[in-house]
Amino acid sequence: MFNGLLTVTVFLPAVAAVVIALTLKNKQAVRWSAIGVATVTLLLSIIVFVSYDRTVGGVQFVDQITGWIPVDALRAQYLLGVDGLSAPLVLLTGFLGMAAAFGSWRVEHRIKEYFFWLLMLESAVMGVFVSLDLLLFFVFFEFELIPMYMLISIWGSGRPKYSAMKFVLFTLFGGAFMLVGILALFLSQGVGTFAMVSIPEAGIVGIPDLIAGVDLIAPAALIFSFFLVAFAVKLPLWPLHNWLPDAHTDAPTAVSVMLAGVLLKMAGYGLLRINLGFFQETKGFTIHDAAGFLSVLAVISVIYGAIVTIQQTDMKRLIAYSSVSHMGFVMLGVAAVGSSADKLSQAGLNGAALQMFTHGTITGLAFLMVGLTYERTHSRHIPHLGGLARKMPLIAIFFIIAGFGSLGLPSLSGFVAEITIFLGTFPVWPWATGIAAFGVVLAAGYTLWMVQRTFFGPGPQAGGMSEESYEKLTDANWVDMIAVMALTIPIFVVGIWPSVITDTFKLGIEAAIR
Amino acid sequence: MFSESLAWLIIALPVAAFLLNGTVVRAFIGTDTRVAGWVTISAVAGSFILSLFALASVASKGAAVHDPHNWLTVQGFDLTFGILLDQLTSIMFVVVSGVSLVVQFYSQQYMHGDKSYTRYYSYMALFTASMLGLVSARNVVQLFVFWELVGVSSYLLIGFWMERPSAAAAAKKAFLMTRFGDFGFLLGILYLYFVNPSYLDIPTLYEAVGAGAIAAGVATWISLGLFMGAIGKSAQFPLHSWLPDAMEGPTSVSALIHSATMVTAGVFLVARFFPLFHASNMMDLVVLIGGVTAVFAASMGLVANDIKRVLAYSTISQLGYMVMALGLGAYAPALFHLFTHAFFKAGLFLGSGSVHHASGTFNMKYMGGLRKNMPWTYWTMVIGSLSLAGIFPFSGFWSKDELLASAFERGSTIGWVALILGLTAALMTAFYMFRAIFLTFHGEYKGGAEAEAEDAKKNNLPMPVGLGHTHRQESPWVMVAPLVVLASLAIVIGFLVNPLFDLGPIKKHSFATFVTERNVNVFTGGHGEEAVDDGHAETSHLPDAVEAGAAPEFSLPTAVISTVLAVGGILLAYSMYITGSVSPAAMGRRLPTVHKLLFRKYYFDELYEDRLVIRVFYARVVRFFAWFDVSWIDNVNVQLSKLTANVGRGLANVQSGQTQTYAAIMAIGVVAALLALLVWGN
Repeated sequence: MFNGLLTVTVFLPAVAAVVIALTLKNKQAVRWSAIGVATVTLLLSIIVFVSYDRTVGGVQFVDQITGWIPVDALRAQYLLGVDGLSAPLVLLTGFLGMAAAFGSWRVEHRIKEYFFWLLMLESAVMGVFVSLDLLLFFVFFEFELIPMYMLISIWGSGRPKYSAMKFVLFTLFGGAFMLVGILALFLSQGVGTFAMVSIPEAGIVGIPDLIAGVDLIAPAALIFSFFLVAFAVKLPLWPLHNWLPDAHTDAPTAVSVMLAGVLLKMAGYGLLRINLGFFQETKGFTIHDAAGFLSVLAVISVIYGAIVTIQQTDMKRLIAYSSVSHMGFVMLGVAAVGSSADKLSQAGLNGAALQMFTHGTITGLAFLMVGLTYERTHSRHIPHLGGLARKMPLIAIFFIIAGFGSLGLPSLSGFVAEITIFLGTFPVWPWATGIAAFGVVLAAGYTLWMVQRTFFGPGPQAGGMSEESYEKLTDANWVDMIAVMALTIPIFVVGIWPSVITDTFKLGIEAAIR
Repeated sequence: MFSESLAWLIIALPVAAFLLNGTVVRAFIGTDTRVAGWVTISAVAGSFILSLFALASVASKGAAVHDPHNWLTVQGFDLTFGILLDQLTSIMFVVVSGVSLVVQFYSQQYMHGDKSYTRYYSYMALFTASMLGLVSARNVVQLFVFWELVGVSSYLLIGFWMERPSAAAAAKKAFLMTRFGDFGFLLGILYLYFVNPSYLDIPTLYEAVGAGAIAAGVATWISLGLFMGAIGKSAQFPLHSWLPDAMEGPTSVSALIHSATMVTAGVFLVARFFPLFHASNMMDLVVLIGGVTAVFAASMGLVANDIKRVLAYSTISQLGYMVMALGLGAYAPALFHLFTHAFFKAGLFLGSGSVHHASGTFNMKYMGGLRKNMPWTYWTMVIGSLSLAGIFPFSGFWSKDELLASAFERGSTIGWVALILGLTAALMTAFYMFRAIFLTFHGEYKGGAEAEAEDAKKNNLPMPVGLGHTHRQESPWVMVAPLVVLASLAIVIGFLVNPLFDLGPIKKHSFATFVTERNVNVFTGGHGEEAVDDGHAETSHLPDAVEAGAAPEFSLPTAVISTVLAVGGILLAYSMYITGSVSPAAMGRRLPTVHKLLFRKYYFDELYEDRLVIRVFYARVVRFFAWFDVSWIDNVNVQLSKLTANVGRGLANVQSGQTQTYAAIMAIGVVAALLALLVWGN
């Protein structure tokens, strides 16, 4: 089977990156062609999302090439496809990719390489979400490190080399565990495939069906925890989160947008696809045995992340820590699998999936707005700012929208995800959910505190930016606004009409639950 | 019949005004164009007219429970939304859209010349829409959605003049404190869902409570959570301290949001879940919180110098009355007081705005003598104050008397406690309102904004914010007309809507009868057609609890006592601020501790902000976590990577370049692999 749509969607940015790098000389041409490629990719991802047939469900748009790696023993396939779980994330990647490209139009330094790596990154992330072969999934999952390393260390600020290396090391550490986990599954008796799901139409039987109820080469608990470590690092889950604030703080704006917007979602996706999808009927150990443990880690992430956020004075670092808190909600939703199959709450799992989508757009928007602010003020240090709303009303409005999204204001998408997680998980883990719900109070605290100190007030705070440079501040222009709207529109649409996303996600969750 | 789409239109009109003002008008017409005002006013006027029709429809044909619609559906999980247009909703519709209309009209002059005039009218439209959505929600989550939207509109409007640090701080404080209460609300919703997911639907919940399906213990926990939300929103003790600060917003905002409508949302919430509260064990707690708040807030109003703050304390205190009444089971009297209070309190606030227009300040120390300059403002405010003080025959008298009468009727300890608290608050209310009237309008003029600015300069104090210009004359008719409308209502509305005896077409206790009615139309409408189960449906909409909460009989003793106390309060204020026979300064000297305690608002701001938030939470908890994150978690990572680097350096020595060594290691490896195969492989 070879549909081709997904292959084009995944590889268009990468191929275009190479072509642009080889052919174009003019800066302006590079900039606009890269932006054009990202826009086309968004259109393609919209086509994937819209034309995914919800009445049929299952895996669609399958691209399969057997013998991708021509080693018989390996039996790795080139296998792409989307289902209800991945289709919205493909869409998310499209939106974020376009926002990141538009958000980079002011980059001047080594611009050709910059857009080369940015487009490579988009291909890698897209690849993670559509790969249905574990080895291919792993390749994309790891490949994303190269563009990220380059983007942070060359175009970053602060301590870019340190942060980039920290990011790479953490992810590689988790990736190593994942590789062992993948091999253990592959080498187990009777498996011998990397297919992540069964696709009856293509005659593919996936790992979840093959490993149900049989002995594996290693204890299921061990394999489960290998995958868990990899995704917990990436999510990030307390106490493996410390790479995130550094990477975010030092990364250029568009990279922060991509990092928060889609890279973290690879972990949430992995948890749902692999940790949930594979380990429900495994012998000796299932995800239900780990659910209580996960709920505890989730609560710690939510509350700990929120409290540490309050202390931050760098706007980017503040949002980065708030991501730890918000991604903790994803884990809380995953923990809604409950301690046994009859306790499982689909609402919680759907909430987790939705939270990935909403956090991607909301936090992406927040980083974008901080970036636009920083370009003008040259400072992200909250005590140096103040009164910015008077000079930059548009930036202020959308910053506040991102802030309210993050504190879970209804009519914005964050609320829908959070209330679904809360309602879904409360019957399963009442105490954990009750405590985690306090995170929304803390979120209001740090968000409004930041808004008040940076955007409100008569002008810059004492010791901050000079009166002169304050008066010269300008508001966002129309190019900036395209990036801003690319993220704002999904926030409102999902906030008011959540079914547009959840009707797709729920097909994926239902399929993942056996 | 009032159709469902018309009910949605009531909410949608102001939403449209918000969107129109926020996008098209702002972008293409201007940020300070009068057009914005007209857009919002016409939308709210439309909502108001429709609300009157809705009320008429409910009054003649009974409540309408419209079918829910799916919002979010996942396997085994449904979130729905829909319209619940019952007696309570229809009253709230009229109050909200009516007061909003008057305030929007007034604001044309009050906000005239503000550079963000368009923004003001967009926010006001957003608020009105959210509040109308709140009162008509059929599902608890839907109610919560609008509850939060109301909160955010309040945040935006308190911080409307965001370049003032005090306004920005007050906005944040208001949002955070109410959100703290909302955390309880959320937990209440979660527990309600846990008990039975279908109880999120309010009519279903009513049926369940009516059938006795919810145990008292369970009802208590859920009510406790919901009540926390109500405490935050209605600024009840101990989450009261945000409301006086919220006066940083424009006065018209205070009139609409922080007196007549949004702050009554907490009272509305308790009324909405009244059957559940009634089935719980916490009604006495509700009485105590309400009663204590009524006295506690009134006492702070005794010494405040800012006229808006006096009104703010008064609002908290009156909301306490309503909460107390609900706790006593007096459902109808509480709503009656909510109804009358909305009009006269909004009128008082608008009056204070008019005073500010003339004197340029809100500080009563710098006012005085304005009676001659602004007779309309003076008389309308006197009427409002008489009504608030509960003087016969103004509207406040009737509603306050019913509250006290129901406490009296209730008897037992809790009834007597409530009665004493209520009477004490009545005395204080009369005093502080007339203190405000006398300081503002009587005596000598003390210079207004200019004098205040001079004093501040002389004493090296920070310049008070919000000082305007002084032009001592009556405000323009755009501002006076709303005052007259609201004052007229303050005179007649109490007796007219809820008379003591049949008054021509108006039946005895018609308001109380109306809100406790149980007739319901259930809409089982498919395909847009409404199959009306006409007349008095068999579904009992509200359980017996509500019916039992009808108006008490007029009680002469409480009426006399409360009137005597109110007149006494007025006379005391008269003797202190007009004749000077009792010196307020001397009283302050004689009771320095009390005066200071009241003046510093019982130190609650210090307790919350300075002690709890800054010194405990921020300095201890947050610092500790941040330290732990850097010194432990991150440090472990760094040390681990250093360790790895050292190990790597050590292992690098193995890479010596000597072929023999490599061959030896390889041989060992092969042997080990073979052994492993022998042992585990088969």
